[in-house]
Amino acid sequence: MKTAVIVFPGSNCDRDAHDALLKATGKAPAMVWHKDGVIPEGTDLVMVPGGFSYGDYLRCGAMAGNSPIISQLKAHAERGGYVLGVCNGFQILTETGLLPGALVRNASLHFVCKPQKLKVETANTAFTSGYTGGSEIIIPIAHAEGNYYADGAMLDRLEGDGRVAFRYARGENPNGAARDIAGVLSENGRVLGMMPHPERAMGGAECGSDGVRLFDSLMAAA
Amino acid sequence: MTDKQTILAHLTAEQDAAAGVEHGIKADEWERLVSRLGRKPNLVELGIYSVMWSEHCSYKSSRRHLAKFPTKGARVIQGPGENAGVIDIGDGQAAIFKMESHNHPSYIEPYQGAATGVGGILRDVFTMGARPVALVNALRFGDPSHPKTRQLVSGVVAGIGGYGNCVGVPTVAGETQFDEGYNGNILVNAMAVGLADQDKIFYARGALPGLPILYVGSKTGRDGIHGATMASAEFTEGEEDNRPTVQVGDPFTEKLLIEACLELMATDAIQSIQDMGAAGLTSSSVEMADKGGVGIEMNLDAVPQRETGMTAYEIMLSESQERMLMILKPGKEGVAKKIFDKWDLDAEVIGVTTTTGRLVLKQFGQVVCDIPVAPLGEDAPNYDRPWTEPKKRPDFDITKYPEPKDYGAVLVKLMSTPDMASKRWVWEQYDRHVMGDTLDSSQSGGDAAIVRVHGTNKALAICSDCNPHYVAADPYEGGKQVVAEAYRNLSAVGALPIAITDNLNFGNPEKPATMGYIVKSIEGMAEACRALDFPVVSGNVSLYNETDGKAIPPTPVVGGVGLIDDLSKTATLKGAQDGDALVLLGEAPGHLGASLYARTWLGLKGEDLGPPPPVDLEAEKKNGGFIRSLINAGLVNAVHDCSDGGIACAAAEMALASGIGVRLVGNREPEDKRDEACLFGEASALYLVAVSEAQLRKWDSKGFMPGRLGVFGGDAVVLETGWGKAAPEFAVKLADLRAAHEGWMPGYMNAV
Repeated sequence: MKTAVIVFPGSNCDRDAHDALLKATGKAPAMVWHKDGVIPEGTDLVMVPGGFSYGDYLRCGAMAGNSPIISQLKAHAERGGYVLGVCNGFQILTETGLLPGALVRNASLHFVCKPQKLKVETANTAFTSGYTGGSEIIIPIAHAEGNYYADGAMLDRLEGDGRVAFRYARGENPNGAARDIAGVLSENGRVLGMMPHPERAMGGAECGSDGVRLFDSLMAAA
Repeated sequence: MTDKQTILAHLTAEQDAAAGVEHGIKADEWERLVSRLGRKPNLVELGIYSVMWSEHCSYKSSRRHLAKFPTKGARVIQGPGENAGVIDIGDGQAAIFKMESHNHPSYIEPYQGAATGVGGILRDVFTMGARPVALVNALRFGDPSHPKTRQLVSGVVAGIGGYGNCVGVPTVAGETQFDEGYNGNILVNAMAVGLADQDKIFYARGALPGLPILYVGSKTGRDGIHGATMASAEFTEGEEDNRPTVQVGDPFTEKLLIEACLELMATDAIQSIQDMGAAGLTSSSVEMADKGGVGIEMNLDAVPQRETGMTAYEIMLSESQERMLMILKPGKEGVAKKIFDKWDLDAEVIGVTTTTGRLVLKQFGQVVCDIPVAPLGEDAPNYDRPWTEPKKRPDFDITKYPEPKDYGAVLVKLMSTPDMASKRWVWEQYDRHVMGDTLDSSQSGGDAAIVRVHGTNKALAICSDCNPHYVAADPYEGGKQVVAEAYRNLSAVGALPIAITDNLNFGNPEKPATMGYIVKSIEGMAEACRALDFPVVSGNVSLYNETDGKAIPPTPVVGGVGLIDDLSKTATLKGAQDGDALVLLGEAPGHLGASLYARTWLGLKGEDLGPPPPVDLEAEKKNGGFIRSLINAGLVNAVHDCSDGGIACAAAEMALASGIGVRLVGNREPEDKRDEACLFGEASALYLVAVSEAQLRKWDSKGFMPGRLGVFGGDAVVLETGWGKAAPEFAVKLADLRAAHEGWMPGYMNAV
């Protein structure tokens, strides 16, 4: 699988994404600079990493959503390529319109970093086939704006179409997200945005290894 | 003032002693200044002298005492005197670290004060070529019931998180304590740790004449003017009006600065480099000139400015954040500018190094400052302040106080008291996992954080420590304990303690009683550093922590760094298994003087608390070595340093972390009639260990006499007291203990 990671000046999970993709695929991803970078031809998966893209002093991801690299990202998605946006990456994907909804300030108003229990809502996607549908996994979170919002009709549609990939485990919603949603898919199922950080759960550190299967799922799909 | 001639006249007007006083220059210092300069200074020159000779920049009250610290060791590459300390961690790699205070700004404006404290300490580390990999903070607030405390906690924590989270450096460890002694003067001490290759370390020294001086980073504004002078004076009520002297942080620009500087450092372009911290452009330029023995000439019109009409005085004294000054090698301007352009950062050549040994500044084409460099730095005042030795306190006599009827209630109270209660509310607001190398952070409640050296099988252990109650009770023994506790915390996770950074927070050094605490605690710390082969490689002194004449408790904080050679050989306080023995390593505790028990359960203060436990440095060294050998051999399941609250609290913390109960008996002597001392007494060189019978059989514990105190199992912490079967025992359900331990802080913060 050929992968790439978009690097904004304030991305700070780009190295983590690089290492996770290297570990999962055996090949280093292309690191694509936001200004003049090029997503290499034949790329299967583009990862939009976490961080504070351009400082996020405005709305998280708002400036990144209009950055020079975004047209290439959209073209990649339109071609049916896989896109994984994590944390700030998820925020950016909603800003670009590649995913519906928005991520607003946590209900607690505080940044929250902790190992988070998630429910794998469906194993019937390219990102989650390695998990068991309905199972619980632990993936760490670290964000201040992870409170997923969409209107009722959109939420019904996402649920009806099986586009909710992950939910926060019952009673453990850390940010007030609508219907406990932690990760959503695009209509074609090839773009996933999620607040939890699977790239931090690759084994060997404090955050466990439940993220490995997400990348393994993608390897099997691509 | 916008008219150039008016500005120049204002800047170059001759100043007098009264103006010196307004700048914090005392009468004797004014004499020194005029005699060194050979004339009276103008306004720009006076401003420069005032910040360079401030306590904050010159260490004029502490310099001669700081010299008592051992600063050399087999693994020390760079001791104090540079931006940060550097130690050898093998394989051609180095760890670079320092701790620094941002106390006054954080009291005035908690969010920005704390945030810029983090920013400043990060710059100290990456200035030397290190990629920052961990942040630590040591926080001390006033009494929880004080009306300002809640707001200060909230702002400081948000500020630390807001900066560190954005920059993308994990905040992995720290401490948060409360005491009424900090009501008017909180402490915010931040530590940063970075990693570099030993052949790619950059220094402030080494400047040569005839080289270009490059200014990089944020534009200079009017914020933070005279911050260093503010940090060197006492507070008075209403000091919040000083808000304009607090800088505003921009972590995004800091992130750009880190990446751009590291990118430039990978080329061979930098001769010497210094971040613009306290006293901004003044101290960065003077320090590089002084260390390199060169002069500096700068054209201040070339300095990128955020506002129009700024004067040379303002430009030189601004403490705008996220700025660096570097002296480039010949012809490297192009390489540097290209990299900073990539990162959208301002980078301008603003001057040149000279052979004159003078600091020459020009604005609007006219010289506005021309003074010799040396008196500003090396030749700054260096006082031998008078000091008095603090009186020894009489021994603590527990028999004066009634024995508690319910030892279980004591345990719950101690574990939920503000100093001991879980600080989850704090550290969940910090990104502890970014960079992917955090093996153990605050979330385990352990003694030290463990951070992998990226891409290797090695790790650094990192901790911060200070028990100000011990230091207040006896600065010499208390100072020893501060260092010894850091040594224990690192050893308890299996790390070899390598070196420390210190952050000495005290009151007004011009008061002999306060100066006595400074001198004796430094001497105690130095003694421990020597005995434990645990040198000081960097540090910071924060004096004048007083409000309306009342000093803070003496608080010399240390940040310790240790090395773990093999990641598979570590321990934490988590991991006790059902049936494991609870074993005490070290002499039985029994000291209740200055203890958590005396403070919290008995409610004692000041003299009544008595002296702290003495520190046996030989035992520290011996027991630390033994615990490391056990961890190295895989002969323990969990380890915890035994400190505040004694054996009972340490065992309870192990039980909570492991999710399993424990039954224990205090280390009681037959003649003891009461159990406070053996359950809650404190000492030094103590570790608690959870160990299986099979592991225990393999211990080679000759000469150590480990004491078996109990066994893990069940769902409660059970404290046995007295002797024989009839003796009462006190059980606290783990769930209840956890609720009390976890509940205090969120309950407090959400109470309004």
